[in-house]
Amino acid sequence: MGDYHPDLHVDARGLNCPMPIVRTAQAMKALKEGDIVEVTATDPGSVRDFAAWSRTTGHVLLDSSTDGSLYRFVLRHK
Amino acid sequence: MDEPLNVVLFSGTDDKLQAAAVLTAGAAAVGKPVHLFLQYWALDAFRRERILADHGLAPEAGERGRAAVERLARAGQAPWHETLRMAKDLGGVDVQACSLSMDLLGIEQRDLDPLVDGVEGVTAFYDTAGDDQVLFI
Repeated sequence: MGDYHPDLHVDARGLNCPMPIVRTAQAMKALKEGDIVEVTATDPGSVRDFAAWSRTTGHVLLDSSTDGSLYRFVLRHK
Repeated sequence: MDEPLNVVLFSGTDDKLQAAAVLTAGAAAVGKPVHLFLQYWALDAFRRERILADHGLAPEAGERGRAAVERLARAGQAPWHETLRMAKDLGGVDVQACSLSMDLLGIEQRDLDPLVDGVEGVTAFYDTAGDDQVLFI
């Protein structure tokens, strides 16, 4: 797990697909280039979803890690 | 990913509307424009005074399906109209009512929830869709 200093944390724990991505996309709209967002989620589909979302939108997925049934993603606004 | 997605919503049960709302929200989150065209029972579910009602489930859901849907709702899953509202907040989602279905139900746009942006005929639908993908739900 990298040592990042998020500008914003998105708590998507307990949310089903596609809400972790939707909440993150909403949050990103209020941020600027270079800002760091940390997301925590419990939806197992979010691992592939965040990788795909990053590829599609250009926001950089800096880290993706799993701790039991908790998933953590760190993204940098493009 | 910039190619628009066109979705014809025909079914008015909560499970199919949720499936459509999830596809729409996912598309909106990646910046894919979505054009929803509401027909028949799907349009009926968007009536201002009916949108919060229980619209039932597809027949194949059965008792077990009903229990599974209720479990997700209790766990905090947003209802389909909330999912759709979030998708619209992300932008790029246009919701149009089919004018024939408006006649069928005997309603006007003021009878519909504000999620609906306007009313159009099938010709306008195809004009917008062009050669892009169309889903029918």
